[in-house]
Amino acid sequence: MIVSDAMGQPTLPPPFSNYPLGTAFDEMLDFDGRPRLHYQELYHRLLEMPAETLYQRQQAANTAFLNEGITFTVYGDDEGTERIWPYDLLPRIITGEEWETIEKGLTQRITALNLFLKDIYNDERILSDRIVPRWLVYSCRHFRREMRGVRIPHDTYIAVDGTDLVRLPDGRFAVLEDNLRVPSGVSYMLANRQVMKRTFPSLFGSYGVRPIDHFGQALLRTLLALAPAGRPEPVIVLLTPGVYNSAYFEHAFLARQMGIELVEGRDLLVHDNIVYMRTTAGLRRIDMIYRRIDDDYLDPLAFQPDSTLGVPGLLNAYRAGNVALANAIGTGVADDKAIYAYVPTIIRYYLDEKPILPNVETYLLTDKAQRQYVLEHLDELVIKAVGEAGGYGMLIGPYSTAAQREVFRSQVIANPRNYIAQPTLALSRAPCIIDNQIEPRHVDLRPFVLFGEHVTIVPGGLTRVALRRGSLVVNSSQGGGSKDTWVLVGPTAAVDQ
Amino acid sequence: MLSRVADSLYWMSRYLEQAEHTARLIDVQLNQMLDQAGGDTSLRWQRLLHSLRTPPPEGDVDAYSVTQALTFDESRTSSIASCIASARENARQVREQISSEMWEQLNRLFLQVKGTSMEQMWFAEPHKFLNSMKEEIYLFQGITDATMSHSEGWHFIRVGRFLERATATAALLDAHFSALLTEQTEDESEPLDYLSWIGLLRSCASFEAYCKVYTAVIRPAHIAEFLLLNAEAPRSIRFACAMMQGALQAIAKAISARNSGRVERLIGRLRASLDYYQIEEILSGDMHEYLESIQRQCALIHSGLYQAYIAYPIEVALTSRGAAQA
Repeated sequence: MIVSDAMGQPTLPPPFSNYPLGTAFDEMLDFDGRPRLHYQELYHRLLEMPAETLYQRQQAANTAFLNEGITFTVYGDDEGTERIWPYDLLPRIITGEEWETIEKGLTQRITALNLFLKDIYNDERILSDRIVPRWLVYSCRHFRREMRGVRIPHDTYIAVDGTDLVRLPDGRFAVLEDNLRVPSGVSYMLANRQVMKRTFPSLFGSYGVRPIDHFGQALLRTLLALAPAGRPEPVIVLLTPGVYNSAYFEHAFLARQMGIELVEGRDLLVHDNIVYMRTTAGLRRIDMIYRRIDDDYLDPLAFQPDSTLGVPGLLNAYRAGNVALANAIGTGVADDKAIYAYVPTIIRYYLDEKPILPNVETYLLTDKAQRQYVLEHLDELVIKAVGEAGGYGMLIGPYSTAAQREVFRSQVIANPRNYIAQPTLALSRAPCIIDNQIEPRHVDLRPFVLFGEHVTIVPGGLTRVALRRGSLVVNSSQGGGSKDTWVLVGPTAAVDQ
Repeated sequence: MLSRVADSLYWMSRYLEQAEHTARLIDVQLNQMLDQAGGDTSLRWQRLLHSLRTPPPEGDVDAYSVTQALTFDESRTSSIASCIASARENARQVREQISSEMWEQLNRLFLQVKGTSMEQMWFAEPHKFLNSMKEEIYLFQGITDATMSHSEGWHFIRVGRFLERATATAALLDAHFSALLTEQTEDESEPLDYLSWIGLLRSCASFEAYCKVYTAVIRPAHIAEFLLLNAEAPRSIRFACAMMQGALQAIAKAISARNSGRVERLIGRLRASLDYYQIEEILSGDMHEYLESIQRQCALIHSGLYQAYIAYPIEVALTSRGAAQA
């Protein structure tokens, strides 16, 4: 079935004619160009499928997204501010064994990071023991002095976490980034699955994919567990910045899934350190806020004074223990990209365990020797601002111009604490439908971790795809798309053909 | 339901009712002009502006300038384009509370208005455009009734629609009666300005319904009776108030409100006046004052609604109900 061309590069039959093998790990093909065991069924179905069918299915999926209004908002665009997020029909498949490692690794990581947050806002043992430098923590943009000594339910700071994983060329998963503030994307994970089940029912059915539909209930249970004690039937709301936020669709979607009220800052008020929402039936006391607003905008009296998105007095109500927030205020310290470099140390310090999921090698630019090395190798490395997310504030060395590198060089020299550097990773690739052909594109994986009384991870996540050929940037705001992610039940066996 | 959501639904509905009313008024007026080549058309347009409680456009007051101002002028908050844009903006704020069908219909309507220019409309066929505005809004109302659950939010939509209708109809009647009745000698013959009276009925989409009750004999007293006091005609003020009362009662019941007393008293009083007055009493008294008082009472119902459900003072809520909830 696989014939080698004159160059020694195996050529695959259509629709895989444009599927070159590269140096990056390929999710579908092994190093010899043969489909991996768990991709065989999909591979053979695609070989047999006429080109039109593939096209029609992709069209049907796109229409489903548009009709259901599964959209995201693009900033700085006046009319039609809502777009559908490009969806690729072919699933990204993860075996049960692989998932087991991911699940254990993420549980370990969130447990340790949570202990870290509790420690730095209370006893500061890790700082006194000089494991993590005190100045590094205090200089984090998202460190919140206001949280010193505040006790929160179950000491759980991170209720919802979306960790970005990448697969290294050797096939191992590594953590690229922790998102501990207001991670988004879970609605796309759920919507992708719904559309997938409608467009590829027989393929889906034949695979034995673990379900993810219970995410809404799991999130609700997590929030209930973290509500203040002594309130028998806690009232939970989702706080959104409003319709102009890029993730508004997701906020509305999750509120509906959980059957809780979707509120904006102007719907809430604080009186005597108690938070109320204004309803037609009068004021209703609120016990738990799943907030999708950054710390900075949460309370104009405590943080950004000119923000109208938040609720004046919310911080005091929170400190008084009359309302709980998920995530807690100040979790951004632990996803600062300079702290990230210490996470393996943090895991060892609190849990006395070996990190299950490795970090990506990271250069701290505050260290003179490391900075020197990075400045000499700007064209090979990725430079990232420590407090940014969403693919902003980033330089990808091999794809940058000399002018861009100069800008970053001067910024790094001016403020080394604000940047870190990492090697340019060859993210793993997965098959995607591009112009009715199947081509490989780079992908990452964002599983969603819930931490209430215990850790829950629904088997799956958001697989983001860099749809531009050769691109390594998967963010929705930067031309990325997404795929459904299948986690298979049990071990993989050879599939009948 | 969140007060903000109720507020948005209420205004979405009011704006659409206003857009529909304006579209119909312009359409009728343009149509009438075909028959009235001789008369003082400027005066008629003035009356139309007066009945919509909106100032005249700058420069000449004629068919083109008024139609332009009332249809497409985005700086004028009462123009059809502004009303539809405001309705859509309100719907957008509560998109997850309305059905997708409603949103799609409203969005389509918005895009249609946005994509049409005054020149296109005027030189093609104004009637076609204005008529499609009306129809699209009827369609939206139908979709609302058919796809949205008939709970609290739906009742707020109905309050908005009928409050706007009652106020607008009262203002329209007032404009016509104060302009025309003064010229009338109340004998049994045909009124002087037969076409204007038919225009009034048509402006309320009520000509056919009127004929079924009174035959085609046009008498101002009958017209006043029909548009004010008829219990079955969907455009009469009495009908609108009855619907409004039903919706307000349903809201109070749905949330077992304890402070809905004021707004229920206000609508009850207005309703009783329309239920039990006879047209002779109204006409022999001060018709203008009566129509003004209806508009005043509608404004009071609006503020009563706000006080009870939307912008109530926090102190009151904390003592009377907040404590009970906490």
